[in-house]
Amino acid sequence: MYRDYLEPSWGLPQALLIALLAVPLLGAAVVALFPAARDRQARLVATGFATVTFLLTLAPAFSSRGEGWFAYGGRSTVPLLPWVEVDLDWVPSLGLDLHLGIDGISYPLIVLTGLLTALCCAYTVKKVPDGGSGRTLAALLLVLEVGVLGTFLALDLILFFLFFEVVLLPMYAVIAGWGGLARRAAARKFVLYTLAGSVLLLLGVLIVVTGAGTGDLVTLTGAAELSRNTQYAVFALLAVAFAIKAPLWPLHTWLPDAHTEAPTVGSVILAGVLLKMGTYGLIRVGVGVAPLGAAWAAPALGVLAVVAIIAGALICLRQTELKRLIAYSSVGHMGFVLLGIATLSVTGIQAALLGNVAHGLITGLLFFLAGTIKDRTGTGSLNQLSGLRETAPRLAGLVGFAAVASLGLPGLAGFWGEAFAVVAAVQRGGPLWTTLAVIAAIGGALTAAYFLRLLRRLTHGLPTPSVTSAPAGISGIEWLAWAPLVLLTLAVGVAPALIIGDTLQPLTTLLGVAR
Amino acid sequence: MSVDVAGPLLPVVPLITGLIGLVLPLGRRAAAALGTAGAAVALLLTLVLLSASGPFETGVDLADFGDLTVSFGVAINPAVVYVALAVTIVALCVQVYSITYLHDDDRYGPYAAQISLFTGAMLLVVIANDLIVMLIGWEVMGACSYLLIGHDRRLPEAPAAAVKAFLVTRVGDIGFLLGIAVLITAAGTPNLTEVLATDYSPGTLTAALLLVLAGVAGKSAQFPLHTWLPDAMAGPTPISALIHAATMVAAGVWVVFRLFPLYTRSPAALAVLAVLAAITIALGALSATAQDDIKRVLAWSTVSQIGYMTGALAVGSPAAALFHLLTHAAFKALLFLAAGAVIHAVGTNLMTRMGGLREHMPVTFWSFVIGLGALAGLPPLSGFWSKENVLTAAAHATEGGETVPIWAAWLIWISALLSVGVTAWYSTRLLLRTFFGVSRAHGPAGPAWEIGFDDARYQAPSAPHDPPILMRAPLILLAIPAALLGLAAFAPGFRTALELEDPHLGVAVALPMLLLVTGAGTAWWLWLAGFDPAQALGRARPLLAAGFRIDDLQDRLLVRPAKVLARWVTAGDIRIVDAAVTGTGTGTTAVGQALKEAHRLPLPAAAVAVCAAALLLGAIAWWGAA
Repeated sequence: MYRDYLEPSWGLPQALLIALLAVPLLGAAVVALFPAARDRQARLVATGFATVTFLLTLAPAFSSRGEGWFAYGGRSTVPLLPWVEVDLDWVPSLGLDLHLGIDGISYPLIVLTGLLTALCCAYTVKKVPDGGSGRTLAALLLVLEVGVLGTFLALDLILFFLFFEVVLLPMYAVIAGWGGLARRAAARKFVLYTLAGSVLLLLGVLIVVTGAGTGDLVTLTGAAELSRNTQYAVFALLAVAFAIKAPLWPLHTWLPDAHTEAPTVGSVILAGVLLKMGTYGLIRVGVGVAPLGAAWAAPALGVLAVVAIIAGALICLRQTELKRLIAYSSVGHMGFVLLGIATLSVTGIQAALLGNVAHGLITGLLFFLAGTIKDRTGTGSLNQLSGLRETAPRLAGLVGFAAVASLGLPGLAGFWGEAFAVVAAVQRGGPLWTTLAVIAAIGGALTAAYFLRLLRRLTHGLPTPSVTSAPAGISGIEWLAWAPLVLLTLAVGVAPALIIGDTLQPLTTLLGVAR
Repeated sequence: MSVDVAGPLLPVVPLITGLIGLVLPLGRRAAAALGTAGAAVALLLTLVLLSASGPFETGVDLADFGDLTVSFGVAINPAVVYVALAVTIVALCVQVYSITYLHDDDRYGPYAAQISLFTGAMLLVVIANDLIVMLIGWEVMGACSYLLIGHDRRLPEAPAAAVKAFLVTRVGDIGFLLGIAVLITAAGTPNLTEVLATDYSPGTLTAALLLVLAGVAGKSAQFPLHTWLPDAMAGPTPISALIHAATMVAAGVWVVFRLFPLYTRSPAALAVLAVLAAITIALGALSATAQDDIKRVLAWSTVSQIGYMTGALAVGSPAAALFHLLTHAAFKALLFLAAGAVIHAVGTNLMTRMGGLREHMPVTFWSFVIGLGALAGLPPLSGFWSKENVLTAAAHATEGGETVPIWAAWLIWISALLSVGVTAWYSTRLLLRTFFGVSRAHGPAGPAWEIGFDDARYQAPSAPHDPPILMRAPLILLAIPAALLGLAAFAPGFRTALELEDPHLGVAVALPMLLLVTGAGTAWWLWLAGFDPAQALGRARPLLAAGFRIDDLQDRLLVRPAKVLARWVTAGDIRIVDAAVTGTGTGTTAVGQALKEAHRLPLPAAAVAVCAAALLLGAIAWWGAA
């Protein structure tokens, strides 16, 4: 293998990768140990750790990439070339390596994770939802960050699985501890549903590791070492596991409950980064490790994705609960992402990556706003909310911005993912994919319909009593938490190359066989 | 400033000023200054481009999607510059006019910024040389129209009209996006120059062009997606001027103009365009006859006039379409801004409450005379020349030799010709009902117009008068091209730039002139008899006033099915998909309960169970051993 030619090097980049996981973990430990009397300081410290982690995530952008010497090692495609990587033996008897790395596919998601966690921690400094102590919530957010970052960094299958699981319990605790009235049931549904997916994931991972003799993703990606039938089985298992996480219709029903009940920061993290683990896993592990399986399942995945788009939009048309509506809109948006993946083309997966990040930014912002409106007015029911632009024009303007961004207005982040998922489906050609493209485009119009309905109900008209009595201004901490999301939505919309600038090479490797 | 800087800057400057205006909490003066400055700089940049020699292209790559490179590319040629000029002049007039028109509106700041965004988006469509970038401008316009139409907080119908405008155009954009996707896929690039040079298979091309037409019908308010435009009158009047004259509705015509080399290869697409145009011309003109709201008359006239443009495109004369687009931009902007002055003076949109305004408002009156004359095609005003070009092109196409089928050319010609008479009829009616006769301001219904007509909190002046200078100046400025732009057809430079044919006034002019005189004369004669000429429509009036009830049709065919479907899907999601999940949960719990109960059996039963189990295990072991 080509890796034998490389000396195991230790330097700043490797230390950086370890630090990306170590800093938030240390932060969580430190914050959890703070005494109850110093709750606010603890939250400030947590914000500090999260900010440092975010700054660390920015560093790899400046690393030299793709210029190193490599050997093909008898492979037909160029192997994955992470910008930075670290590979240490951890549990040799299980074949588990601490193999971390960053490339163009994972990097935007890593930065997104760092950013959203930092923003959420900052948000908790001022606002702790009812239910538990603020420092515990902040510590849990940092633990969540470790899990999510680990998932995006892992270049070893077993490691990937471990980090994938780390996320579950903290999220359960966040919903069950700080959520709304029906939080227990929602949290239970979330944890049991996603655990069921994890069992399938574990099974798939173990089949791969025993079949190929290694869990190393760099070795596995794009190289068909598994037999055709194994790949079918593996992809089926992984696809279901990731589809639950993403979530893909019809495996989505945990999501609305979890979102409706979760506290604001929980919703933001859940929509902003947790769902991305599913789609990222599908691209990195599903398509990468079992390309034949992906090609085999692509039509089914595409059909389900389009059903998700339409079903999500139609259900949104009838929602009267603010957070529930946004949760269902996530189902539709993830449908576009999965449609992009299902086309198994560079264009499609680039669209999916863009859609992923855009959804994280925009839906993160939407949940922040929805949470704020719900906190201030005391209700999330659209029947009791209207006329927001009369009493709180700035807030209404932000909601309007987030909504039009979410419905895929060109010039904002949401557009590229949706439009190019459709373009990729048209490129794929044939009756099936053309039909899927047409239905997906119709879904785009339905998306506009429900967001405009939301805006008309929420912002236009005469203010209801609950809106009139709510405070109108936007505090400094809220601006701090929201402004980066607004700016990035605009930036990604104008310059999509920010996200997909360095994905061509890894995606060609990934799709080497599938195409 | 060199052209390759001025070109890309042209849409960027208004877009940036728009964004700044939306983000910063500016005061009234600052917002007005910013908005006006954005439009003025865009106008100056256009003038720089106008003085440049020769067409050129430039661009910056935005991103690579697989093999597709999206680039912010601009193509400058005379047609682009003339349209950009129309857009920027109208935008500047609208900005200046709005300062006074919305003088007491506390949300003027965002309003001015949205106009800037709107202008920038339209300029992006005009100048873009990349289909994806064109789509960006195309849809940003949709969003801006939504924001501006819904601006008026005191009109209960404004939010609904705004949503309708966005949604109907978005439905058309399904086709637009797919059409673009097909064009891009077959060409392997979104670059317009290369797309136009691509050799598509006939089937693909026709499919793609028909899909694009769906988007065009939505944006340019063509049958059957025109229904949003009359309702969009809920927006402030300057916005109507902006949407109808320079942006939005012109965009669809412009896109067909840009893609016209492809359309000439597809007779089927042109035939469809011709049929839609013919229907739209007649439908718009007839619906305009029965309206009482002065803005709605103008709105329906726009539908009809845009039909003339798409009709000209269908019969193979993009030059005539572009010429009519330019003259229409001038006279329709003039008409709407003048209508705003009337509305400000009398405090109502309804013509039943106007009348006798000629002596009080001479400037506005003459603006209307010029605008309506141009609209009806009265020589030598601008509309006469451009409409004449369209009619000539259609008549020419009926002789064959064009891509479009001959029957479709006949359809256009007949529809366009007859509508000349109808247009003259409703233009005359509007002029007479508004400016002549006695004032009906204090009619039986009383002065109940202070609420709900537009956003400015308005007190009706004791006597109607011409508007203040900031509203009057744009009228006077726009009246010049509305009157004289047609004569530009005689200017060789302009004519060659548009590739317009030489103006020739043959016998063919007689027929439309006859119809014009008949239409105007009938309306005048009916009015002399002392009543609203629209009463002569009799029983057809409600049908015409409702625009042939196509709204109801849309409601029945699209909106209601979507709602029913949404109800079913939601029910299915709860009762089937989620029920399966919770059912699994409760099922597992139930099984657990049953097993738990089984372990609590009383002694005799438990002993029996243990023995039975032992027996079973023994049997299995024996069977396995054997």
